[in-house]
Amino acid sequence: SWHHHLVQRSLVLFSVGVVLALVLNLLQIQRNVTLFPDEVIATIFSSAWWVPPCCGTAAAVVGLLYPCIDSHLGEPHKFKREWASVMRCIAVFVGINHASAKLDFANNVQLSLTLAALSLGLWWTFDRSRSGLGLGITIAFLATLITQFLVYNGVYQYTSPDFLYIRSWLPCIFFSGGVTVGNIGRQLAMGAPEKPHSD
Amino acid sequence: MTLTERLREKISQAFYNHGLLCASYPIPIILFTGLCILACCYPLLKLPLPGTGPVEFTTPMKDYSPPPVDSGHKQGDPSDQPEWYVGAPVAYIQQIFVKSSVSPWHKNLLAVDVFRSPLSRAFQLVEEIRNHVLRDSSGTRSLEEVCLQVTDLLPGLKKLRNLLPEHGCLLLSPGNFWQNDRERFHADPDIIGTIHQHEPKTLQTSATLKDLLFGVPGKYSGVSLYTRRRMVSYTITLVFQHYHAKFLGSLRARLMLLHPSPNCSLRAESLVHVHFKEEIGIAELIPLVTTYIILFAYIYFSTRKIDMVKSKWGLALAAVVTVLSSLLMSVGLCTLFGLTPTLNGGEIFPYLVVVIGLENVLVLTKSVVSTPVDLEVKLRIAQGLSSESWSIMKNMATELGIILIGYFTLVPAIQEFCLFAVVGLVSDFFLQMLFFTTVLSIDIRRMELADLNKRLPPEACLSPAKPVGRPARHERQLAVRPSMPHTITLQPSSFRNLRLPKRLRVVYFLARTRLAQRLIMAGTVVWIGILVYTDPAGLRTYLTAQVTEQSPLGEGALAPMPVPSGVLPASHPDPAFSIFPPDAPKPAENQTSTGEPSGPMGPADSVHDSPVPEVTWGPEDEELWRKLSFRHWPTLFSYYNITLAKRYISLLPVIPVTLHLNPREALEGRHPQDGRSAWPPARPGTIRGGLWETSPEGPGGAQAHGDVTLYKVAALGLAAGVVLVLLLLCLYRVLCPRNYGQPGGPGRRKRGDLPCDDYGYAPPETEIVPLVLRGHLMDIECLASDGMLLVSCCLAGHVCVWDAQTGDCLTRIPHPGQRQDSSVGSVFEAQESWERLSDGGKGGLEESGDSPPLRHRPRRPPPPSLFGDQPDLTCLIDTNFSAQPRQQPPEPAQPEPRHRTSCGRARDSPGYDFSRLVQRVYQEEGLDAVHSPALRPPSPGPALPPAPEEEGGLPPEKGSPSLIWAPSADGSIWSLELQGSLIVVGRSSGRLEVWDAIEGVLRCSSEEVSSGITALVFLDRRIVAARLNGSLDFFSLETHTALSPLQFRGTPGRGSAPTSPVYSSSDAVACHLTHTVPCAHQKPITALKAAAGRLVTGSQDHTLRVFRLEDSCCLFTLQGHSGAITTVYIDQTMVLASGGQDGAICLWDVLTGSRVSHMFAHRGDVTSLTCTTSCVISSGLDDLISIWDRSTGIKLYSIQQDLGCGASLGVISDNLLVTGGQGCVSFWDLNYGDLLQTVYLGKNSEAQPARQILVLDNAAIVCNFGSELSLVYVPSVLEKLD
Repeated sequence: SWHHHLVQRSLVLFSVGVVLALVLNLLQIQRNVTLFPDEVIATIFSSAWWVPPCCGTAAAVVGLLYPCIDSHLGEPHKFKREWASVMRCIAVFVGINHASAKLDFANNVQLSLTLAALSLGLWWTFDRSRSGLGLGITIAFLATLITQFLVYNGVYQYTSPDFLYIRSWLPCIFFSGGVTVGNIGRQLAMGAPEKPHSD
Repeated sequence: MTLTERLREKISQAFYNHGLLCASYPIPIILFTGLCILACCYPLLKLPLPGTGPVEFTTPMKDYSPPPVDSGHKQGDPSDQPEWYVGAPVAYIQQIFVKSSVSPWHKNLLAVDVFRSPLSRAFQLVEEIRNHVLRDSSGTRSLEEVCLQVTDLLPGLKKLRNLLPEHGCLLLSPGNFWQNDRERFHADPDIIGTIHQHEPKTLQTSATLKDLLFGVPGKYSGVSLYTRRRMVSYTITLVFQHYHAKFLGSLRARLMLLHPSPNCSLRAESLVHVHFKEEIGIAELIPLVTTYIILFAYIYFSTRKIDMVKSKWGLALAAVVTVLSSLLMSVGLCTLFGLTPTLNGGEIFPYLVVVIGLENVLVLTKSVVSTPVDLEVKLRIAQGLSSESWSIMKNMATELGIILIGYFTLVPAIQEFCLFAVVGLVSDFFLQMLFFTTVLSIDIRRMELADLNKRLPPEACLSPAKPVGRPARHERQLAVRPSMPHTITLQPSSFRNLRLPKRLRVVYFLARTRLAQRLIMAGTVVWIGILVYTDPAGLRTYLTAQVTEQSPLGEGALAPMPVPSGVLPASHPDPAFSIFPPDAPKPAENQTSTGEPSGPMGPADSVHDSPVPEVTWGPEDEELWRKLSFRHWPTLFSYYNITLAKRYISLLPVIPVTLHLNPREALEGRHPQDGRSAWPPARPGTIRGGLWETSPEGPGGAQAHGDVTLYKVAALGLAAGVVLVLLLLCLYRVLCPRNYGQPGGPGRRKRGDLPCDDYGYAPPETEIVPLVLRGHLMDIECLASDGMLLVSCCLAGHVCVWDAQTGDCLTRIPHPGQRQDSSVGSVFEAQESWERLSDGGKGGLEESGDSPPLRHRPRRPPPPSLFGDQPDLTCLIDTNFSAQPRQQPPEPAQPEPRHRTSCGRARDSPGYDFSRLVQRVYQEEGLDAVHSPALRPPSPGPALPPAPEEEGGLPPEKGSPSLIWAPSADGSIWSLELQGSLIVVGRSSGRLEVWDAIEGVLRCSSEEVSSGITALVFLDRRIVAARLNGSLDFFSLETHTALSPLQFRGTPGRGSAPTSPVYSSSDAVACHLTHTVPCAHQKPITALKAAAGRLVTGSQDHTLRVFRLEDSCCLFTLQGHSGAITTVYIDQTMVLASGGQDGAICLWDVLTGSRVSHMFAHRGDVTSLTCTTSCVISSGLDDLISIWDRSTGIKLYSIQQDLGCGASLGVISDNLLVTGGQGCVSFWDLNYGDLLQTVYLGKNSEAQPARQILVLDNAAIVCNFGSELSLVYVPSVLEKLD
């Protein structure tokens, strides 16, 4: 049943990652699309097909990694362990993406700084654990590196790169995404075995 | 640090006071809060409503010039012009409105002639327009120079490529269907088919290709076989890029000249500018919907945590209302102070809710709920508030800080968001403190009231069965129980799904929830709503008219409501209205009423001549484009990748063109197939009827299409409804038993009288003839059993030993009084007279001053003393001396003084006032007899040395049952225990006796303390006696074979008695005091139980004590009850439960001495308590049996018992409960609360409630009906269950 549980968790995390990737991708591209309902359906999937599965896999890995590291460090995460808080966290994460996509900032530095502050605020509000911070930063770093590599090899590109080949706010998004998915993963990890006790 | 603490204290104090205030004046505070919310929301009225409908602005045609790009308001005051009226429009749209008819109508014309030749004229018109050239002093100017040049269509619109113009002027006419090629048109046999080939199959609100090309709504085009007006309308739409007044003027003049409209009254005076808002596409909708889904999940998970309140949903609603109205207040306040929201409200709303959050509300609820329940509501609220005050303030300060940081990002959008959030937070705090706290206090008060009124769930109070059942029972003293035992099922999982067949359960579920009815009702309401709304003459038109009239209110800035009919409401102020005649407010149907007054009503295909429809031009023709879909223009421009979002277009006044065609022209234009195959004029629907039926009137016109679809849907719905009803009927027939719900059905006897549950389902009843054990003369008080034997003791002091298997009376140990020759009969008489007396003179006999409710008393259940160890017995015994022999336990509220006085009196003045009563005499004699040694049976004195405890009633000569008896009648029996074959009897005199059950001989006794033994435990040769003075005596029982030396550590109290089955009569039984706890409790010990090596005592001093059995060492003193302990339960698993006079049940952990849970169970005393592995079962003075979940302390359900049978319950197995009633016992499934079976115990027992139930090992139960015992074997049906 432990394996079963693990598979279940990773499935949930995978689907969460896929959905978030689709929705956030839509947020990023929606400014250019206004009127053509038939076309929009196509544009949802117009980005490369491998993006959502990759995001889903990454979400599953990160979401399983967080509780795993927690247990290895021996400091179980106790802060705000409830689904309401997790939902709040997801909402704030979507909000950060929303802001990055839709707000008009004076320049990129301002945008990046604002998003960085928001991401740190997200971590502080919903996580507050050192392991979470460390893992988030690691994820952000690795993911940024990978995207740099991908863009360098021409797999895809950003419209107006300002940080080497990518947008400078991308690490912040990765960081907050890591924290969010970790939050979900932790909740899932504690959810099932704790349930009988809580009821 | 001290500052913080002081601050904290201050805050806490303030919150405390505030909580008191809120809980004291809930209604004024809620009213005040509501007023505040309304006041703060008032400025919101000025804000435009959200919506994407277009906005209009009208300027006069004369001297029009496009507004300058810079938004300096030069002409007029700024309020006149909307903000968007800046710069040139995207396009100017000129519609040339063509109305044409064939006149005079000839009878051999076909229906298709109505539109074929008029449509053909479109090609000619288009040509004229294209070739129009303005020649004036400044040179020539052709259409190509001023029109809007369009490029490619969007790549996705390949199928429209031939129909819409590309690379040229945007000029639309119906001729586009035939690529503006007249030859194609003439070669087209099926015009309508061509027109409709691109119509969508489904209902569509946006513009279709036909609408685009015709430029009028399909309903008005008249291109139809069944039109009654025989007039065709269409427009030629020209789109200009630049406004060239002279060119337009010349075009208008030329067209009017060529095709004059004689009776045209159109005033081409004004330009209408239409501004379109940003469209919300699916691309934007998906993230929006996602955020809302997350928001709802958040709210759901948050409010799910609200618990332990009266109305969970009410509080959740209050929490949501708090947050929402704080947001509204925030927007309102910001508007009030001049900040106009620029953000998309719908987009940021979820984020605002999430930022503000529901946390504080939940924390408040939890804190208040966790305060002690027995406090006053005010204090609870105040305490809850003040205990969370610091964290609430801290959280709020943190959030404000974060938001303030956000404010300094200097991004305008974020700043605005933060501003809203700050104001929202503050107003949310305000609302939490005033609104939510007050609602919470009301809720808590309701719960308290409900608790005080009746500690049973509200369903039981509401159930109509109870008030009906009670009087019924008094009228009919039948052997049945008319008052139905209530089973209140609180948990959704505990549906009655064990016993009933599955099909019945499904039906019950449907019936209980009224699911089908509600669904049908809701569906009907929705359906009616749709009907009313979409009815052409109904609500929608009315609404449209209303909106049209009201819209000037917004001064042009107010967005009109998006009206799905595609009617653009006129939102321009009065100037626009001036163009209408005052009596023509343009409802949709005025087309028929005023527009075509002279139109013939005969069908188009009628053979007789009818008057020619006159082409008239009414005011409604001026702005026919308003009847187009409001997406008409955006759709058109979007085909060329031009967005109208946040931009505007200007509509020029239409140019009317009237075409009159004579029949000859119509005949000339006819296609050869028209006359031959398609539609003979007489019966046009015969051949192609099937095809055209779906869209007879203006096929493809959304309106007509919708109407027909609606009727079809209605018919379909009706049919479906009928089928559904029939299906349900069949299901009912199939599923339900034939006489389901008919209590008096034939073949069943007196169904209605039997206990049944809410749905008329009466459990099977069995006529089990119980084994009735008669022999007692008076009411049986104490019962004890060890599975093999059964010992009972009645008020008169008789002790009978029965064989639990056969029901034979093995031994009788009579009260000493009856040993005399006064026979049973006399005693019987005596008893009767005495009963009469005591019945008649109840009131007068109350010398003792304690007047408990006498009416209740005789019916009151005796304590549920499986072991006769209840404290109440004290007074029972006292009544032997105070003329209230049948009086039952004292009201536990004032038990103690009564004990004292009555007991004292009993000792001091025996015989007081009893001379009248024969019974008294007997008892007195008995007492005397006991006291006088002469009455003692001739005891083998030397053989039985007196017990160390001063005396041992020694067994008399064996084998002579009539005379065996030397009862130590110096006290009535207060408690009784049986093990093996030894009966341990505790008497009011403090004397402990050990009897042989088989032989009926006294084996030993101990009488060293004179305080009455209220409770006994007999376990493994260990006897523990609890006494009235609160002391505990531990005895050990030692047996020796007769051969063994009699020496027992100097214990003389033993008898060399005859053999008995277990303690064989050859054994000497010695009972000797090993330990005494002199002051175990301050007050009398009322409950005593032992298990798992522990002994638990409960006392009237509100405490419990746990002792170790081996060394009588006190381990814990458990405090937690606020009343005297009435009952205690402990089992091998070390679970300890206790119930008290406060109506509470406490569960304790015996290992740690901590209280595990605390339930308020009953109104009045808890009278008995027992546990299974999963449940706790309690009964109380309120005649309720409540079943609790053992681990969580949640009440599962409760069973209403008959009056006076409250305490009679027994657990047969882990899922079988037996309860007593009026002359019957009922078996219940413990897990589900199902009534399994009711067993009636004889016909004559109607007056006798089952007062006690004792469960024997072999699953027989013994219940006590007054002076009789009934031995009932568990019905075999139920045995199989286990």
